[in-house]
Amino acid sequence: MAEVNTGGGGGGGKHAKKRAKKSSTRIDMTPMVDLAFLLLTFFVLTSTFSKPKVMEIPFPKDVDDHTKDTKVNNAVTFILTKDDGVYYYNGQFYPPDNKDGKPATTLTKTNWGPEGVHKLLLDRNKRTIDAIKKLEERRLNKEISDTTYQRLAIAEQGRRGDPSKGVEAALTVLIKTDDKAVYKNVVDLIDEIKVANIGIYAVVDMMPKELELLNAANK
Amino acid sequence: MAEVNTGKGGAPTLDMTPMVDLAFLLVTFFMLTATSRVTEPVVVDTPSSNQDKLLPENVIVVSVDARGRSFFTVNNPEVRKNTLDRMGKQYNITFTEEEKKKFGGMSSIGVDIKQLKQYINMSDADRVAADRKAGGIPLDSVDNQLGNWIQFARIAERTQAKEQKERAERLGREFKDKPLRFAIKADSKTNFLQVKDVIKVFTKKEIFIFNLITNLEQTAKKE
Repeated sequence: MAEVNTGGGGGGGKHAKKRAKKSSTRIDMTPMVDLAFLLLTFFVLTSTFSKPKVMEIPFPKDVDDHTKDTKVNNAVTFILTKDDGVYYYNGQFYPPDNKDGKPATTLTKTNWGPEGVHKLLLDRNKRTIDAIKKLEERRLNKEISDTTYQRLAIAEQGRRGDPSKGVEAALTVLIKTDDKAVYKNVVDLIDEIKVANIGIYAVVDMMPKELELLNAANK
Repeated sequence: MAEVNTGKGGAPTLDMTPMVDLAFLLVTFFMLTATSRVTEPVVVDTPSSNQDKLLPENVIVVSVDARGRSFFTVNNPEVRKNTLDRMGKQYNITFTEEEKKKFGGMSSIGVDIKQLKQYINMSDADRVAADRKAGGIPLDSVDNQLGNWIQFARIAERTQAKEQKERAERLGREFKDKPLRFAIKADSKTNFLQVKDVIKVFTKKEIFIFNLITNLEQTAKKE
C-alpha cells in the first residue's frame, strides 16, 4: 500500500549513511489509477443509459365515440381493470336478451404471463404473423425492397379477409379500461399487441353493459 | 518520462503518476461533455416495454405523475421562449426578458400560468418545494392551458423551422426538417383515465400520433 519512507528513499535503507534528514515520499499509485478508471467507466456508461425509449402509438380520431357500432370482422376486446386484471371477449358485444338472438357475451379472465395475453394474441393472429415472417424472409433474401416490405406488412395487418375463400381478416384489438386500471396495464397490452404484429388497435370507452359484466366478474 | 526500474533487486516497478493524470483528465472530459440534465420537477417512473425506438430530439413531452398532475416541456430553448411569449399574450401576462431567458433553460413545468411568473423567479431551493405542492397544468374544458401550451409550442416550432430553412437557403446550405413529435411520459401507476384526458387534449388539437415513453424491458426471450 502507500508507504512513506523517510531518510533515504525506498530500498536505500541498508545504506545507512549519515545524511541531512531529507524525507522523500514514494506513494504507490496503483490503487489510485484503479479508482480513476472506475470513475471514468461509471461516467461513460451512465451518459449512454439515460436515453429513454419510446413506443410509437397512433390513436384513432374518435377516441370518445363509443357509440359507433364498429363492424368488427375479427376482433378481440380487452378490458383492463384494477390490480392488473385483464378480461377479454371475442367479436362483437352481445348483451343478454339481445335482439339478434345471439348468446350473451361472457368475459374470460386472462393474465399477463406467457400463457395469457401473449399466447392468446399470437394464436389469434397466427395467419398475419406467418405472412409477415414470409415477407421478412423475402426481404432478407433481397427479393423485395425495404419499402415494399413495409407496405406489404402494413397491408397484411389491415387485411379484410374473404370468408368465401376461408381467409380470415387480420386481428384487430379494442382496449377498454375501467376507472381503476393504471397506465402500466395499457402499455403492457400495447406492447403485446405490437409483438403480435397487430396493426389495428384502439383505446375506446367502455359501454355501460360491459361495465355491468365487469363488475359481476370482479366480485 | 516513464522509467522502468529494473535490476535493482526484485520486480521492475513502473511510475504510475502520469497514468493517474491521464485517468483524471479523461474523467474530467467525460464529466464536462456529458450534457448536464436539468433537474426534473417530478419523478416519473415509466413502465417498461419491448419497444426500442429512441425518443426523437424535436419533441413536446407531457409528463403525468402518479398523482395525475400534468407537466409540459419542449426541448428547444428558443421555442420555449417564444411559446412563453405567446402564452403571456393569451393570458395578458407580461414576462420580462430575464424571466423568458430563465424559462428557456428550465425543463418541465407544472404550474398554472397565473403562478408561472412567481415560479420562474423563485430560487432553485424554493422551486423544489413548489414542485411538490404544484397542481400540475390544468386541462379541464373551461381552461385548457395544456392545450394552449401545446398549440403555441407547435406554432413557435414551425416559425423557428421556417426561419432556419430560410437562413439555410440564403447560405446555400442544406436544411433537414425534423418534424415536431409529441410524447406522453406517464408513471406506471397513473390511473389510465388521467392519461386518457391528456390524450383527449392532443386529439382535440388534431394530433393523432404520439409516442409513449417507456424504459427498455429486460425480458427473457419470448418465443
